[in-house]
Amino acid sequence: MLRLDRAIYDAIVAHARRDHPDEACGIVAGPAGSGRAERFVEMTNAERSQTFYRFDSMEQLQVWREMDDRDEEPVVIYHSHTATEAYPSRTDIALASEPDAHYVLVSTRDAGEVEFRSYRITDGEVSEEPVEIAGVDQHAVQTYMFGQTPTSVVYDCPAGN
Amino acid sequence: MAIEVRIPTILRTHTGGQKAVEGAGDSLADLFTDLDAKYPGLRGRLITEEGALHRFVNVYVNDEDVRFTGALETKLSDGDSVTILPAVAGGALGFAAAAALAGTRG
Repeated sequence: MLRLDRAIYDAIVAHARRDHPDEACGIVAGPAGSGRAERFVEMTNAERSQTFYRFDSMEQLQVWREMDDRDEEPVVIYHSHTATEAYPSRTDIALASEPDAHYVLVSTRDAGEVEFRSYRITDGEVSEEPVEIAGVDQHAVQTYMFGQTPTSVVYDCPAGN
Repeated sequence: MAIEVRIPTILRTHTGGQKAVEGAGDSLADLFTDLDAKYPGLRGRLITEEGALHRFVNVYVNDEDVRFTGALETKLSDGDSVTILPAVAGGALGFAAAAALAGTRG
């Protein structure tokens, strides 16, 4: 289960949309061991490509060092697919190097509706997890027409996953 | 001669969980050989069979990406600090496939 603040969810989606059709990427840092995704950090896609991404190596050093100083870890590592589904590709799986991270995939292939899904990737195995967005206001929920509790919306895994 | 080497989470299985270890060597290549003697298997995660630095591993010596300082030939001095970070990368299309499309070797 990935729990995300509404503001951070919005920031990830906005980043993906802004960089479309290039893939967008970044992290959400949080206190080490807590599983809480609290600090949103956009990263530069050094590849500037529509089909792959790579964190700029100097930027990654800076951000990773900052997390170390703050006793944080990358709780979420996100990137977008701009023409395919929000599911980890073989490359995504092969290169996943933070076993404790939640890998968020956003797809911007549809101009209207964004796909936002989360996965754990360890030892080459992918497992999808539900995403819970906290702090949803009632008006926004009405337009999405999802069933909801008053304070959170749970995006369940699609059937068959 | 002592060089501090910071180890990323995914490689700490080779160092018994330690996030920083010490090594010695006049070059990065020598340092990795030295580390492999103490932490078997570590070198294989950093250097390919062809003897080059793995494409998706970032190594920094005193905050400089070694891709710009001579890669494995980078010279080291006593007191230098080396940081290893696995690259964060991926995407819809594989790197190898994309390189093949571009007509270059992946």
